[in-house]
Amino acid sequence: MAQAVFTTGKARGWSVPRWRPRQATVLAFAMLAPSLLFLALFTYWPVLQVIWQSLHGQLRVGGPQAYVGPQNFLKLFADPAFRKALGNNLIYALGTVIPSLVLALGFAMALVKSSRVNALFRALFFLPVLIPLVAAASIFLFLFLPNVGLLDYHLAKLAISGSNWLGDPDVALWSIMALTIWKNAGYYMLFFLAGLQAVPADAYEAAILDGAGPWQRLRYVTLPYLKPTIGFVLVIGLLNVVTQVDHVFVLTKGGPSDSTNLLLFYIYQQAVENYDAGRAAAGTLVMLALLLAVTASSLRTLERSFGEKEP
Amino acid sequence: MSAATMSTGVSTGEITPKLGYTATLLIAGLWMVPFIWMLVAAFNPESTGAGMASLVPSYIPTLANFREAWASADFPRYGLNTTIISLGILAVQIITITLAGYAFARLDFPGRTVCFYLFLLQLMLAPVVLIVPNLTTIAKLGLYDTLLGVMAPYFASAFGTFLMRQAFRAIPRELEDAALIDGASVFQRIGFIYLPLAKPSLVAFSIVSVTAHWNEFLWPLMVINSPDLRPLTVGLASFTRGAEGAQAWGVIAAGTLLVSAPLLIAFAVFQRAFVNSFVSSGIK
Repeated sequence: MAQAVFTTGKARGWSVPRWRPRQATVLAFAMLAPSLLFLALFTYWPVLQVIWQSLHGQLRVGGPQAYVGPQNFLKLFADPAFRKALGNNLIYALGTVIPSLVLALGFAMALVKSSRVNALFRALFFLPVLIPLVAAASIFLFLFLPNVGLLDYHLAKLAISGSNWLGDPDVALWSIMALTIWKNAGYYMLFFLAGLQAVPADAYEAAILDGAGPWQRLRYVTLPYLKPTIGFVLVIGLLNVVTQVDHVFVLTKGGPSDSTNLLLFYIYQQAVENYDAGRAAAGTLVMLALLLAVTASSLRTLERSFGEKEP
Repeated sequence: MSAATMSTGVSTGEITPKLGYTATLLIAGLWMVPFIWMLVAAFNPESTGAGMASLVPSYIPTLANFREAWASADFPRYGLNTTIISLGILAVQIITITLAGYAFARLDFPGRTVCFYLFLLQLMLAPVVLIVPNLTTIAKLGLYDTLLGVMAPYFASAFGTFLMRQAFRAIPRELEDAALIDGASVFQRIGFIYLPLAKPSLVAFSIVSVTAHWNEFLWPLMVINSPDLRPLTVGLASFTRGAEGAQAWGVIAAGTLLVSAPLLIAFAVFQRAFVNSFVSSGIK
């Protein structure tokens, strides 16, 4: 409101001479130029480059780059390792985002009341967010170590024999997912803590007067109010799932037999280990498409929070 | 406040919220296990053997593992490299986002909306996904295996620009007008009016930016080749690989603690600022 008053200053016409339009345009683009230069170099140009590269390749070994049509994509999708990585990423997405979301909501609801004890526990849940993913992976390396590792050692005391957490192709991805949930739940909790502040106390009181139990209040009061927060956290969670693979690098390098390979790590392998630029570009493009699909769904939220039109 | 009382069941005497609270505290204990192990193992006089899985220290703490870690990897240099990278990125970002933020907040120009969406595109396409083509660009610019090469792709920040734009918009125009009458140039007005008043946003952005780049791994791994230029994360990964072969778990724990400590200490000191900036960050 106050802002509306201030910004109408221009319309009132009394004020000091404003920038003449042309001058303002020159100044604006001069000020945007540094950002636009770096955006062009490291955002727009690479996108164009992967599009070009995904359509080109060497027709024979050592030959010049030639247009090959959709061949890179066909080869990409014909590669079992890529299909495995795509499938893994899907399982990984569902298996980490949903549990982290539920845990984060639970933590936030339990710890929303401000007290010294709750503040301490909130901080504890937030600690994993602050350490590098590589550091987390280094710790979990011992946690998952067969026989003498932290997990097996304590399971053995309970007379349970643990599995080969990172060595068994059926288990490894789930172990990686446990690490991801541990790392991210505290981050999402922050957003739910902020979102819960927006739920009016009256709503709960009315629900209690109507005889609603705790689960009904969660279903009919809390969750409807948290809808925007849930959507927001879902997008951040999906972005994390696609863009963070450091732990895969340290713990399993995508193995055993590609059971923990994820898209970004596959692309990294194609580019750095196999020197297959065409396939890496095609893979990058597939990933960009996935990212756009995720972020486009949240475009309206982005526009609202950063948008041109102020409320 | 009363929402809080409800969820802990104080006013209704319900059992479910109490169970939820208890479960949360128990899970918190579980959440701490990796950290507790790291501490217990790092100060253990031993580094290998069957006793490493203990979560209760049964020894006189020593720094032997830290000495070993310190000797087998050049952590001070890695730390210096990481500091240069994170602060270098931040320094350039503050300039680019301030300028662009001012243009979006206070200037009218044709193509504003187009520019807005051009910036938004960076938020939608996370830079880390473009590592492969960006590596080609970095190599062409002659920045392969340099710290500048690690930093360059992050010099523009759409998130920071939009954050500064919001902050600048909330500042009354009258203040700028007064300075304009006094003959202050546009850069003086930004430096003496806008930036000081936008300090909270600047701090929030700085914390998010430094944390993100302090912890980054895959991109520096691709750009850096010389061991001398490795940042902490890359150094830790290769150090871990070496120590894993020797089964030196205590040394790994000590090294991991060394790498994680700076941000954990910063968090302990500036807890509120950290939490606030992470909430406002959302999309980096």
